[in-house]
Formats: sequence, C-alpha cells, structure tokens
Amino acid sequence: MRVTLKIWRQKNAAATGGFATYTKDNVVAEMSFLEMLDALNRELVEKGEEPVAFESDCREGICGTCSLVVSGIPHGPGKGAATCQLYMRRFKDGDTITVEPFRARGFPILRDLIVDRSAFDRIIQAGGFISVNTGGTPDANALPIAKEQQELAMDAAACIGCGACVAACKNASAMLFVAAKVSHLSLLPQGQPERQQRVLNMVAQMDKEGFGACTNTFECEAACPKEISVRFIARLNREYMRASWGDK
Amino acid sequence: MELKSNVPSGPLEQKWDKHKAEISLINPANKRKYNILVVGTGLAGASAAASLAELGYNVTAFCFHDSPRRAHSIAAQGGINAAKNYQNDGDSVWRLFYDTIKGGDFRAREANVYRLAQVSVNIIDQCVAQGVPFAREYGGLLSNRSFGGAQVSRTFYARGQTGQQLLLGAYSALSRQIGLGNVKMYPRTEMLDLVVVDGHAKGIITRNLVSGEIQRHVGDAVVLATGGYGNVFYLSTNAVGSNVTATYRAYKRGAAFANPCYTQIHPTCIPVSGEHQSKLTLMSESLRNDGRVWVPKKKGDNRPPDQIPEDERDYYLERKYPSYGNLAPRDISSRAAKQVCDEGRGVGPGGLGVYLDFSEVIKRLGENVVRERYGNLFDMYHEITNENPYAVPMRIYPAVHYTMGGLWVDYNLMSNIPGLFVLGEANFSDHGANRLGASALMQGLADGYFVIPYTIGDYFARNKIARPSIDAPEVKQAEADTRNQIARMLSIKGKHSVDVFHRELGRVMWEYCGMARTDASLKKALAEIPEIRARFWKEVHVTGGGEELNLALERAGRVADFLEFGELLCLDALERRESCGGHFRAEFQTEDGEAKRDDDAFCHVAAWEYQGPERKPVRNVEPLDFQFVHLATRSYK
Repeated sequence: MRVTLKIWRQKNAAATGGFATYTKDNVVAEMSFLEMLDALNRELVEKGEEPVAFESDCREGICGTCSLVVSGIPHGPGKGAATCQLYMRRFKDGDTITVEPFRARGFPILRDLIVDRSAFDRIIQAGGFISVNTGGTPDANALPIAKEQQELAMDAAACIGCGACVAACKNASAMLFVAAKVSHLSLLPQGQPERQQRVLNMVAQMDKEGFGACTNTFECEAACPKEISVRFIARLNREYMRASWGDK
Repeated sequence: MELKSNVPSGPLEQKWDKHKAEISLINPANKRKYNILVVGTGLAGASAAASLAELGYNVTAFCFHDSPRRAHSIAAQGGINAAKNYQNDGDSVWRLFYDTIKGGDFRAREANVYRLAQVSVNIIDQCVAQGVPFAREYGGLLSNRSFGGAQVSRTFYARGQTGQQLLLGAYSALSRQIGLGNVKMYPRTEMLDLVVVDGHAKGIITRNLVSGEIQRHVGDAVVLATGGYGNVFYLSTNAVGSNVTATYRAYKRGAAFANPCYTQIHPTCIPVSGEHQSKLTLMSESLRNDGRVWVPKKKGDNRPPDQIPEDERDYYLERKYPSYGNLAPRDISSRAAKQVCDEGRGVGPGGLGVYLDFSEVIKRLGENVVRERYGNLFDMYHEITNENPYAVPMRIYPAVHYTMGGLWVDYNLMSNIPGLFVLGEANFSDHGANRLGASALMQGLADGYFVIPYTIGDYFARNKIARPSIDAPEVKQAEADTRNQIARMLSIKGKHSVDVFHRELGRVMWEYCGMARTDASLKKALAEIPEIRARFWKEVHVTGGGEELNLALERAGRVADFLEFGELLCLDALERRESCGGHFRAEFQTEDGEAKRDDDAFCHVAAWEYQGPERKPVRNVEPLDFQFVHLATRSYK
C-alpha cells in the first residue's frame, strides 16, 4: 500500500520546526510503523536527503524509548502498545498519517521527533527509590507480602517511563508517571520508612520541571502503553495529603 | 600474552570467602580520591555504579540511551535464577553451579561459576529490599518457576517483565546516588575509545550524542558493562541500538576478546515476516513450561494445524529428550528446530517455523489460567502476527539472542589490561558455550552488586598510579583518532545508507556462521566480510555533520565495528574445531546429531589479541582446568 506521511521536522532545539510531506510506497501490513519509517529513511538517504530522526531501542514495547504521536495519538491508535508495537495493518492504502514528537514544556524537542525526557530521571533522583545500600539486606522471604498488595504494586511498577501520559495531557501533567512510582513503593512494606518524604520530594521536583496539574480527563490512562490506571493518581493525591497534613 | 586467571587456591566452596579475606582494602576516607568510569548502565553497569558510589568512590557513568533506565536488560522477560531452595526441591549452590557449568558445555571457569551461584542468593535479598515486586504466593512468600535446562524451580520472576523490574531496581539505586552527587551521569553519551597509559586503562573518549562534542575523561579505572554483540547478525532479539563498539575498541587497544564464536540462538522467537524486518521478538522461554513444540511428521504437510491428527504430529523435543522434554536447553532446542525445518517439515511461510501449542494446557487448566500466566505474551504475539494463539498454535523459530563470548577477564573481572574491568554480558566468564535461561540477569547483578565492589579496591591498593592529566599525550591521541574516524565516515558521501551494509553482514553471519557452521561456510564468510567492509568504506552515505544529533553517524560507527568484529567471530568459529553449546560445527557431531566436544584439543578459552588493521589476530589460550567437576557428555535425554 501507499501512505502519505506528514512528519514534523526540526533541525534542533532552537530552530523553528514544520511539517514535511512524504509519500511512502511498498508498505506491507506486516511492517511495524517504525520499520516503515526505517524504509523511508533508507530511501531518503539514497536520494541524498537527511533521514527523519526518531528514537527507538528494544522495539518490543518495554524500554520506553520510542515516542511518536501518530495521527494525534501518543503511540498511535490501538490500546496498550508503544509506538514500536504499532503495525501497518492498522492503516489502509491511501491514508495520510501525521507524525509528531511528544509535545510538552517539560520535554523540549532535540531534533525532529526526538525529545528530551531527562525531567523524568530528575524526578526519580529526587526520591523514587528505597534507600538501601548493597549488602546486609534481610532474607527475601523474611518479609511476607500479601499477593494482592504485590500485584497492585506491580501494576504500578510496570510503567516504562515513556512520557505518553504527559504528551496526551492537555496540561502536560506528569501525574500518572509520578503516581505509578509513588504507588509502587508506598504499597510495599519496604517503602514505608521514606513514604512521606518521598512523595513530597517527587512532587516538588515534578512541579519544578514545569509539568502541569491533573484535571481528571484521563487521557493519560488511554495513551499509556502499559495501561496504568488513573486510580494511582488518586492514590498519589492521598499520599501527598497524608504527607503534607496527616500524622507525621 | 599472559592470561592469568588469578583463581584463588583451596576448595571450591571457600575460594571466594578466602579471596575476600585476603584482598587489600581502601580506607573509606581515601575512596573518594579514586575516580571510576563506568560505561553502560544496564543491570551490570547500574548496579556497579550505584554500589561503588555507596562505598564512597567517585563514579562517572555513561550510557548512550537518553536515560539509564532504558538499557536492554529491561527486555529480559522470564526471570532470574537463585539457589535459595525456597521450594524444598533439592536445589543448592552446588546444583546451580553444576547446572550452569553443564549447561555451558564445560567451557566456563569453575571458580567464577561457583561464585556466581553463591552470590545468587544475595541478589534476591537485595532486590526485594529495593522494592522489586517479585511474584508471590498467597501466603506472602516468593514464588518460583522452572526454566529451561533445570529440573528444580529456582527462577524468581515479576510477571513477564523481570528484567524491567530488576533494572528499575538498579536504576533507582543509581538515581539515588546521582541525586546525592556521588555519581555524575552522562546520558546520551557514547564511548568511542579507551585510553591506555603505561599499560593501564585510565580513560575514555566519548561523543555527546546531542551536541556531537568529543570529550576526554580520565579516571583511575574503567568499567565496561556495555552488553553483548548479537546485533552483528543484524537480526536478533537485541535492541536495535545494542552494539559491540565499546568492547571492540577496547580490543583494538589491547584487551583480549574471548570466545567470540559462542553465540546463543534462542529457540522461541517470532519468525521473520519479510525483508523489512528490523529486529526479532522473543517469546519468553517460560512458555515452554506449558506449550508443546511440534511439527507434522510428513514433509511439506501444509494442512492447518487443527486438521493434523495427533498421530501425524511429531513432538520432537519430547521424543528426543524425554527427561527434559520441552524444557531442553536453548542450544539443543534451537538445533532441533533447525533440523526438522531442514528436513522440510517446518511450518508457516517459507517453512521456517515450528508450532508451540497450548491447546492441551488450555483444555487442562482453562483459558483463564493460561491468560493469567502468559496474557501479555499472547497479546504481543497476536499483535505482531495477527494470529490468536489461544485458538491456533504459535509459530516460533530460533533467533540470535545472547552472546556468551566477550572481553577476557580474570577472577577479579579485570581484563588483561590492568584497570579495565568488564561486567555482565560484555565479559566472557560465566556461561561457557551456552547460557541457561534466567542466568543473564543473575550474572549482570552478581558482577555489579557483589563482585566488582570487592575486586576493584584490590587493584587500587596494589597499583598506586597517579591518574593521567586530561592533556596527557595518550589521551589526546585517542581523541584525535576518534575525530579522524568520524571525519572519514562523513567524507565518503557514497550512495547507500548504513543499514544496507549491516543487513548484508547479517545475512552472511546468519547463513555461514549461524546455527550450524562448517569449515567451508566459515571460509566463505571470511572471504565475504572484508569485501562488504571495503564497500562500506567506499559507498556508505553518512548524512549530516559531526557536531549535531546525527543518528546516521552513530549507526555508521557501530556498523563499522561490526564489520570488523564479524570477521573475528568467524575466525574463532573456524579455529574451534569441535562442537560445544551454541557453537555447532556440523563436522563434529555424534551419530544422533548432538554436539561433539573435543576436550583434549579444545578444553580452553580462546582469547584473541589484536595485531593491527587487516592483520590476523593472535589466538591465545587459557586452559580450563576442571578440578571439581567431571567433564561429562551433556545429556538431556
């Protein structure tokens, strides 16, 4: 099949960007969306043009590197999948597809479709951990954890840190990302000692990075490749209130 | 070249404790005076960087990803082994050690493997303390499953995302140290050369992947944890960015490269769908716990699977290996799949596939149980192939997955260049000629959390050498070499993209040095690779410039190294005239087609020494001295 691609091109962070239009022939249903872009890039190079810069690594939906807005939807149409798990069988001959980077104040564009998501790392550095050094830890079975509790923690821990939640939100809020990490650690007994300081530090860093507030439109959950539930945002709010005003 | 393994004397069980008691220590107040450069932040690199910083060392860490959370360790699905014996099924440190040595076809160093089994139990404790949400039973204790190549349940897991959860644990420990200012982290930074001063590793040259700036870094030691080289085959289950550049450039500076021909082909991957393919997707080995592998008994039988009656199916793994059945080790299962496909009994397009059938377990336990166990994997398969594995058997085929070879290291994980340490998949040390499932995560974390923190101090205590100046001639020379190579690649302005050459190389590697290798096929590869390499340097078009974000340039550098490294791999495969583990030389097989080792001639590590461009490297040998286990013929029958 043949598709028309309207792709965001931008030389660097300082430059002004704009859409460029390309026609891509010989697209087959079994191709992944990124393989289709690989093929486009090969053709561009053969013509002596600059290929489209986009990021990806594992190409199986777990590393969180790929970050395209396809036809207006972060990671494209389809539920519970990253951009690399999007296949061309979702499109039909003659379709026009727009391809943009994740857009948010906290994610400055570096080039074309590549954005800087280091703000997420700084949020984790502010408190997204349990402070244990290597060695001297108790036997792993010394601390029983209810299966339901562990499963819920795992639901939150499944976050791949891609930033689709931010890109999907009209406020560019990072609440789902922060909620996932805060919930994962506060649900487990190991996370209790730092429970209050952790949430305060992470939220403070989130605000400092310029992410917006949550107004409960739930676009984040719809875009999340791991389908992380917005219920964790409610949990984040509870954790934050508890740490701010509750019993210390 | 002298390859001293530095294995401590004494009984196997006591070597590590004895070594720890004898190695020299660094005073806590002095640790901050040492600068350690850690390259790569996957399981091995992140755990090392965090643990070393916790001890008080000054750590600088580098990764080419945008964040240290994205290294390919994240994609490991199935689990991590540990000799906890929580299931009371007879596991022990000895058994994990023995399974690993045997699984590696008796081509690994005994003392290293025993230590790995010993520290495996600490890893689980460490990860749980960090908040890694391993699967649990209703009573609240940890759950285990069995995995290929083992008859006990010793694998800990977090759904199908164990690698992710372990990496996020190590990443959180690293992030804590970055936040505390103990680690300076350089993301989006690629190592392009190693600096060796007076025979010691003392620095690296990097390129900032956003600005293109070439930077010099000096330190008291360099730790490489840069993963494996599976992408030399172009198509593999590795992430598309995974590459050999850091270890290969260290090799060109004098580090010995050991056993490059030991590559692991994983039996359960989704078959190739066409020319456009950029990578292959693994279906976790854990599926073999419940799925049954089969092909039609008849050649060219292209009836749909549900119309092939039971007695016309060949459950070949169960037939050939009754005691391990579908859980036979990876190399054996892969070869068996190739065999039936070569016989013309493969299924799916091109006949390159076998069935992995869940109908029996679905009948026995119900679709819901299967969904609970493997739901995300089934969904992934469905999305990629457009076939519903609850209704039709999966089609799978082997694909390159892991590389057991790597830079040569001694018992301290130090290469033959003093001050250069190599961890995780990047070294060669623990898996011999074949790695067992759920052992890669174990090794990466063992090296990073529990080995390097001890052994690096010993190097510092014994070698009181001042850090070179950032302007030392060796440092400047390495920078100049890096700049020259970049300028040379940018100036070619040929007509093909980098991918084209990588794919050609991959085809040669898979065709002639893949699941089965012969003297003739390897010689063919050794003739063709230099020819592809020569064309690359004449015809590649690297668009853009050096001082900007330039993905084409990044790839060109990595493919240039693969084009040299592929030749080394084939040379190693040619010289190892035996079959062992993942290295199968068709000339050396038993009557029933199993790998035939030659312990008299090849019970050794081959460590290759670089001799300069276009010159044949020298093959050095470290004999493997088995004092505690008996060299047996591997049997899974």
